Amino acid sequence: MTEDDVVAELASGMTIGIGGWGSRRKPMSLVRAIARSNLEDLTIVTYGGPDVGVLCALGKVRRAVYGFVSLDSIPLEPHFRNARQQATIEFTELDEGAFYLGLLAAAHRVPFYPTRAGLGSDMLTMNPELRTVASPYPDEGGDHEELVAIPAFCLDAALVHMNRADAAGNGQFLGPDLYFDDLFAKAASRTYLSCEKVVPTENLLDEGTVHTLKIPRIFVDGVVEAPRGAHFTECPPDYGRDEAFQREYAATARDPEAWEAFREYYVEAPGHDEYLARVDARSDEKSES
Amino acid sequence: MIPVAIDEVCAVAIAEAFRGDGEILCNPIGTTPIIGGRLARATFEPDMVMTDTISVLAANTLPVGDPDAERLVEAWMPYRDIFDVVWSGRRHIVMGASQIDARGNQNLAAIGDWQKPKAQLLGLRGAPGNLVNHATTYWVPNHSTRTFVPEVDVVSGPGYDRVAGLSAAVRDNHEIRRVVSNLGVFDFANDEKRMQLVSVHPNITVDQVVEATGFELVVGDEVVEPRLPTDEELHLIREVIDPHGLRKAEFGS
Repeated sequence: MTEDDVVAELASGMTIGIGGWGSRRKPMSLVRAIARSNLEDLTIVTYGGPDVGVLCALGKVRRAVYGFVSLDSIPLEPHFRNARQQATIEFTELDEGAFYLGLLAAAHRVPFYPTRAGLGSDMLTMNPELRTVASPYPDEGGDHEELVAIPAFCLDAALVHMNRADAAGNGQFLGPDLYFDDLFAKAASRTYLSCEKVVPTENLLDEGTVHTLKIPRIFVDGVVEAPRGAHFTECPPDYGRDEAFQREYAATARDPEAWEAFREYYVEAPGHDEYLARVDARSDEKSES
Repeated sequence: MIPVAIDEVCAVAIAEAFRGDGEILCNPIGTTPIIGGRLARATFEPDMVMTDTISVLAANTLPVGDPDAERLVEAWMPYRDIFDVVWSGRRHIVMGASQIDARGNQNLAAIGDWQKPKAQLLGLRGAPGNLVNHATTYWVPNHSTRTFVPEVDVVSGPGYDRVAGLSAAVRDNHEIRRVVSNLGVFDFANDEKRMQLVSVHPNITVDQVVEATGFELVVGDEVVEPRLPTDEELHLIREVIDPHGLRKAEFGS
């Protein structure tokens, strides 16, 4: 598949989960394909980074559901920050661990998972739709403990980026952390997996042990080969974060004209190859000057 | 030795928060807290485990801000596994606080109305879950009436008043061990569970602390002298844990 083939299977109003974490291994070529599409009114579910920032800045997001939104080396995602401070999006902000349970509940097809996270804090105030549930089992004191019921995040689609995959959709991460990409895949009706490189199934163990094969093809509906598809976020061991590019992206949040130029030239570049050509031309320019 | 600097006093004050913790995950966030945690493990709390801030537990004392430093890996600890540790209770975190009040309610999330904030900050992050599962210490490098406030705008980490009516399990797990600021050290070790002054840093007066605090601080008859860094601790801070002086950045130099 291509990125545009994936977008053709999505629809406005959908709830879309995006894998990776902060500014790490985000399926950015798929995010940019959404950016240049007609899709709108989306609910984005994510441990957020520039995926949320870009889509908010383009007005694609109705609601963001997140454990946090950060660019790591830049702690606050500035485009997301604009969206929150101008109240242009609805939002569901959860404790980072509670967010994990929403994915887990969807993956396991149960309506909720209980947790103590959120009791006493403003998580319940900020999310009045959240409910608590009494334990059916008494504790030692005979009390039925009240717990927060984190609802399942049922996703219409999930987008994740892996280091390697085979054409059938078996995904492989070669970096230090899978994050929640396997759960995103399991929580979604349809999962689209982009990867740095598609390899024959018999070569899946060439670069990593069996422990790195965490997303089996039964949870994957489409594969896109996208070398440097996570740029400018990191995708170790294939490449690190492009910090200079990220700084440029972040700076556009303070300057509408700069954002317009950045959006037109990079975010809405007509395809992933053209995007990479423009990124490389930029780097060549910088190294010459 | 060069005279003790305020950043070194603060690192030791944070290290002291871990005294007696034993074999748990020592999980400080931010440069000065990480220095304090690594200092505690390198000296009086050797059984604690610590992450490399990325994805493994490293058994050796790592320098801050050096992603290439050699790690003595003792376990894999990807992000998801942190929550198993949080929920097990075997963890003590040091977090920042953009605002904190007399009962220990912490705000990391937003300034102003959370529906349309004046300033969107880091968010709730893991604070709601941390506070109801295991010990927490706060680090506030800019003690003022803007950070020590009568009422926080959003409660990320609940304080003692917020958990008082909750289940026995929550109350048992909830502990705000200490608050360390650039002016002094505070705890909640009184019947009312209100923030009280434990010690003031060198060259700081009790009046200065009271003036910089936006609520009534409990000040006992005896505000103790802080424990100053030993020569061994100064060596560890200056030569091993933070040889490039990254800690100075939080103290405006």
